[in-house]
Amino acid sequence: MRRDSGLAARLWAICIWTLVGFFVINLAAMIASVVVNSFGTRWFATWLPSGYTGRWYALAWNEFQLPAILIVTVEVVGAVVLLSGLIGVPAAYAMARRDFPGKRAVLLLFLLPLLVPPITYGIPLATVLYQAGFAGNISGVIMANLVPTIPFVVLIMIPFVEQIDPRVEAAARVFGAGITRLFVTVLVPLLMPGVLAALMLVLVRTIAMFELTFLTAGPTSQTLVVALYYAVFAAGVRPGQSVDAMAVVYMVTTMAALLVALRFVNPTQIVTRGKR
Amino acid sequence: MSVPELAQSGVPQRASHHVPLRVRLKQRGLDGVTLLVLPGVFVVLALFVYPFLYGLLLSFAPKEGGWLKNYAAFFADPFLYGTIFTTLLIAVPATLVNVLVSIPVALRVRLMYRQRLLTTILVIPITLGTVLVAEGLLTYLGPRGWLNRVLIGIGLIDHPVLLIHNYWGVFLSLVITGFPFTFLLTLSYVTGIDPSLEQAGAMLGARARERFWRVLLPLLVPGLTITLALSFVQAFSVFPSAVLLGAPSGPTRVISIAAYQAAFEQYDYSMASAIAMIMAACQVVIVVLLLAARGLFYKGPASTGKG
Repeated sequence: MRRDSGLAARLWAICIWTLVGFFVINLAAMIASVVVNSFGTRWFATWLPSGYTGRWYALAWNEFQLPAILIVTVEVVGAVVLLSGLIGVPAAYAMARRDFPGKRAVLLLFLLPLLVPPITYGIPLATVLYQAGFAGNISGVIMANLVPTIPFVVLIMIPFVEQIDPRVEAAARVFGAGITRLFVTVLVPLLMPGVLAALMLVLVRTIAMFELTFLTAGPTSQTLVVALYYAVFAAGVRPGQSVDAMAVVYMVTTMAALLVALRFVNPTQIVTRGKR
Repeated sequence: MSVPELAQSGVPQRASHHVPLRVRLKQRGLDGVTLLVLPGVFVVLALFVYPFLYGLLLSFAPKEGGWLKNYAAFFADPFLYGTIFTTLLIAVPATLVNVLVSIPVALRVRLMYRQRLLTTILVIPITLGTVLVAEGLLTYLGPRGWLNRVLIGIGLIDHPVLLIHNYWGVFLSLVITGFPFTFLLTLSYVTGIDPSLEQAGAMLGARARERFWRVLLPLLVPGLTITLALSFVQAFSVFPSAVLLGAPSGPTRVISIAAYQAAFEQYDYSMASAIAMIMAACQVVIVVLLLAARGLFYKGPASTGKG
């Protein structure tokens, strides 16, 4: 199709690209100012700090008890990824292969936790978890984080399962494979790309999941993002640079996970909840 | 080959009252494989549906007074019911700005050959999340931050503009994390429209403006409704940036702050549940209104016959 090449159309295109450029520049400057501040010694009325140092990282490492927080984060994220894979993938398989009564209701059940924002259902959830004695320690944090991730895995995996020809499974069955054997030797290898994509997205989302972790975490079960929130919240107590050092540690963790994830998924998938 | 398939392939079946229960269930799609869905369903029921229903009941069992006491208290206290308007005042403009800017940008980006770089850049703020964006904006937009320095440097302003710890801080953070979200959603809907429909419009002599209003926009309305609903619901539940970047006791005391304070500062879980239910009700009302409005527009396929 021939594009319009009039002056108005050109101006319009320039307008839009300027807008996008403006957004990207501000985004980059925002991230850069955090990084620069975390390395700066003193930064008052100048464009850049007067000197650079790494001591804010040492300070943040000790003051915010970063090693403990990082261990908790790895534990929570690992458990959430593992459990949502173990529960979500078989559920997606059943949803894709069987047409049972009430399937639409089950699908709606899996859609709702993705549509309702976490803070809305997080408060009643935290109430229940506190009364059951789970919240305040790491088990409650893991349970709360499973609420959005299991449905997420199910909804992403359904189309992946549907792509696999049922005759492949039928052949395995004919040769005497039971359901466990079928899963381990036929389905899991075939589904691996989808499973990796889904679990990578769960990884990225769980590292950044603030609300649910915040509402259910106790002092010893904070993940990185919640610790960052408290650091910013009590900003007057500690030097701003060490809060920014903490922010950089969080940013590096998230970006590393994102980089790995982007090897398996398309950026738009992070937003469109598995719709492809 | 499973039993339902055998039934379809014409192998004669005995009358159902002779068939064992196991086989009859299997014919309806219930067998060992179907049971695999149960753990997932159980988790969602136990950790999502049950807490929600429990919260709903709890909200009708206040610490003291009649069963509607919490709701009466909420709508009697301007400090509480005012949070609905405060939240709407932030969420509605932010959502509209994000969606209205996303449409032309997505229509332009769809023509790009290498979209991946741009989509990767835009997915970064979503991945980083609101807490980090709040901390970044505190440094960047602050009175000594780079933005104010640039504005003073080019002579646009004399004194630093106050962009943090007020309405604008929260609004801008909703744009930074919200725009990429609405844009990527809109882009996925825009690329779903068959280009040949627009080409047909062009061949019939429609100029770009007419093609947008009479071909693309009607086809986009269903997707835009979903985008509007999702981004509104997200903006309406803004929490960390309203605390960190806003003025949480005044102009940006949003409804989630009220719910949080009731639960974790006053330990009144009943009241907190009531506020959470009111928050959910507000979101449902707006989403239903949006879906109802969507019914007024064109409904039909966005792809052409031969898929």
